[in-house]
Amino acid sequence: MVNERQTYASMIWRQFKKSRLAVVSLFVVAALVVIALLAPFIANERPILMRHAGEWSMPIFDKASLTLSELDVIKDSSSGDLWFINPPIPFGPTTYDLDSVLSPPTKKHLLGTDGDGRDIVSQLIWGSRISLSVGVVAIGIAAIIGIIFGLLAGYFGGWADMIISRLIEIMTCFPTFFLILTVLAFVGPSIFNIMVVIGITGWTGIARLVRGECLKVRGRQFVHAAVVSGARDGRIMWRHILPHALAPVLVSVSFGVASAILAEAALSFLGFGVPASTASWGSMLSEAQEYMDIGWWLTLVPGSAIFVTIMAYNLIGEALRDAIDPNMKT
Amino acid sequence: MSESLLNIQNLTKGFPIRGGILGREVARVQAVRGVDISIDRGEVLGLVGESGCGKSTLGMLILRLIDPDAGKIIFDGQDITTMPQSKLRPIRKSMQVVFQDPYASLNPRMSVGDIIGEPLLVHKVTSSKERRDRVMDLLKLVGLNEKAYGRYPHEFSGGQRQRVGIARAIILTPKLVIADEPVSALDVSIRGEILNLLEDLKDRFSLTYLFISHDLKVVEHISDRIAVMYLGQIMEMFPASELCEARHPYTQALVSAIPVPDPDAKRERIVLKGDVPSPIDPPSGCSFHPRCPYAKDVCKSQEPQLDKYGDGFFAACHFIDEMKAHSVGSELASK
Repeated sequence: MVNERQTYASMIWRQFKKSRLAVVSLFVVAALVVIALLAPFIANERPILMRHAGEWSMPIFDKASLTLSELDVIKDSSSGDLWFINPPIPFGPTTYDLDSVLSPPTKKHLLGTDGDGRDIVSQLIWGSRISLSVGVVAIGIAAIIGIIFGLLAGYFGGWADMIISRLIEIMTCFPTFFLILTVLAFVGPSIFNIMVVIGITGWTGIARLVRGECLKVRGRQFVHAAVVSGARDGRIMWRHILPHALAPVLVSVSFGVASAILAEAALSFLGFGVPASTASWGSMLSEAQEYMDIGWWLTLVPGSAIFVTIMAYNLIGEALRDAIDPNMKT
Repeated sequence: MSESLLNIQNLTKGFPIRGGILGREVARVQAVRGVDISIDRGEVLGLVGESGCGKSTLGMLILRLIDPDAGKIIFDGQDITTMPQSKLRPIRKSMQVVFQDPYASLNPRMSVGDIIGEPLLVHKVTSSKERRDRVMDLLKLVGLNEKAYGRYPHEFSGGQRQRVGIARAIILTPKLVIADEPVSALDVSIRGEILNLLEDLKDRFSLTYLFISHDLKVVEHISDRIAVMYLGQIMEMFPASELCEARHPYTQALVSAIPVPDPDAKRERIVLKGDVPSPIDPPSGCSFHPRCPYAKDVCKSQEPQLDKYGDGFFAACHFIDEMKAHSVGSELASK
């Protein structure tokens, strides 16, 4: 009676799991997300938890409270009613440790410091927040625009399709990176602007995909059945067509996140990215240029971080693409 | 006579074939060519014909899934031929469809409960709690377990899926149900069950069916009247109980092709010569003339009209008065 076929999602997952690298990549991405979310707890110049004069506090949320180095001074002189837990990395991304400028990896600074005495590990951890948010928000914007345009073009056809398809072609003709650079030159570089600009230049691939899937599904009988049921266009697009396009969109999103991260890194490298006071992998690389000959860790560390992250997203995308390909079914 | 529920006049539909780099129309597939049909309330009209004769297109036209080129569709006293989709929406409540392929007609990403309840939802007929109850009742009525509610179509067999499709079609208690080959994709063993279900539901909700099939035997079983379609035109119409009395040569050929469940039965088969002509370029005159064993010159030049030749019998044939009911028919009747 009831056969043992599984749902579509579990089928994709089973196929996806077959790729070891992809599963590892998934863990890498998950770890990055955790690190980015917990960055203030992992690398901070203020204690996580502190008791001073009988009062508990969490200085990491209070920019006005004393930093670890200041506390160290007090600790020696105070009567002992001072207790605190250090974060694992006791440096913020903008903590200037002037005793160890351009320090190679040591016990104190696990991956060394930059020319201003800032800890590399701490910058790396805080930089992952930028990378993650740029990837997610920019591609989120791109996906929303792409899905809406793709559905409209594929479902209504005719003029809507004509206009949107031409728009897609025009957009893909522009060299995206230079378009982003130009736009940023006008609106001014900020993390928000970068996300929006990458988002509104990156939707074409997703729109094309959704349009194609929409054309494929629109002629299927259950769509006719929905029309006969009296369902409105919006409902048909949303409930009946879009779910069929989601898997390929997910693949595209995965690759998109990788390229958005890369774009942000490149922009920051060129100085069009986040303000210098914010740590980002791209800006770390940019600053590393000055010390190319003496500070190998300055380029190697953020470079590897970018490499590993992008690799992980690409591998996930690739495994997903293989998983949804019906010809790969075994 | 009460006003008929559905009245179709001279309905015509062609599909363009585009070619060349400019995508100009180079030919036209004439799928439906001037069909007149009317269905009374509570009646089951069977529509039979070979593959490609336009019977499914006719169903799609009535449902306004595609727009006709010419003709009129009058449903329940309203002309819906050119009605915009937005005005059509309330009318759709009383006109539903059961499709042939139970694998293609159910959205694989929706649960059975959502599929059956969708018509109620989109017409905002009931609250969501009531909707659930109605769907549950209907599941039982069409012979499915209540547990089916949260399951997905792929967990069911073809016959069970078709029950889901039927439940979706009748949840709004429509006036007309167009059943487009509802059992053709099913195993012979469960065809009977589904046909019986359709008959039960018809009596219970006093439905009217347009029953489309290529299988004359199935149509005969369920219909009150049968219309035979060939190359986009109605060839003959007659009461289903008097299938054996049908006289059109094409109908007779179809009748003679009904399998008889008796290995010793000796009977005369009428094997038509040639293939169905292309609907891109239908024959002149009577469209059946190239294959008709009785064709004469007049058949090649003049198109016969659908005329009455007996009580409830209509045929489009120049020589219908000279035709006899086929011997196979009487043979079948004697069994």
